[in-house]
Amino acid sequence: MRLLYFAWVRERIGMAEEEIALPAEVATGADLLAFLKARGENYAYALERPEVIRIAVDHAHADHAAPLGAAREVALFPPMTGG
Amino acid sequence: MAVVSVRIAAGPIDVAAELAAVEGSGDIGAVVSFTGLCRAEGGRLAALEIEHYPGMAEAEIGRTVAAAAARWPLAALRVVHRHGRIRPGETIVVVIAASAHRAAAFAAARFVMDYLKTRAPFWKKEHFADGTAGDWVSPKAEDDAAAAGW
Repeated sequence: MRLLYFAWVRERIGMAEEEIALPAEVATGADLLAFLKARGENYAYALERPEVIRIAVDHAHADHAAPLGAAREVALFPPMTGG
Repeated sequence: MAVVSVRIAAGPIDVAAELAAVEGSGDIGAVVSFTGLCRAEGGRLAALEIEHYPGMAEAEIGRTVAAAAARWPLAALRVVHRHGRIRPGETIVVVIAASAHRAAAFAAARFVMDYLKTRAPFWKKEHFADGTAGDWVSPKAEDDAAAAGW
């Protein structure tokens, strides 16, 4: 699965994107956040408040509880401030 | 059927040209445009850097525009949003709604802006005039409230 990071999530993790093979038990967005948090200090810092992190699955907003399914691209980012 | 257009621009937005692109049809009686500009913040700000999620930005604004076109009788709905480094006084976003009558045009333009603020994947970072990089702009609770009001 391709993971993309934006804004301060990208800065804190230290990269804009990566390819990760997820273990089978990572089924939802919330599972993904918990899985990534355990990967290192940079992830733990970026995702220290998982409730503020927004998740997009294949270019569409998704709830943390929604299944990731066969998503090709999942993005994690802070609340948006465009316009 | 509304003629819709969504564009993410890397360079300056020509608001007059965007307006000219929707005017001129005999069935349009009202055109409402909203222009969002980069503020100088009292001279403190040198530039805003706007990051976006290519692909999703177009898709998300496209969904918002489609929802507006389904809800109001519009002749045209046009959105242009910039990304990259933007100086005070430059245009960040333009929303143009055209309809036979003003009520639909006003409502659609406001709806699109309210949704875009909270759902379109763009993030602003401040760069200050003294050369320091500021922080990422925080979302405003009133923007969430405005979007929830629809």
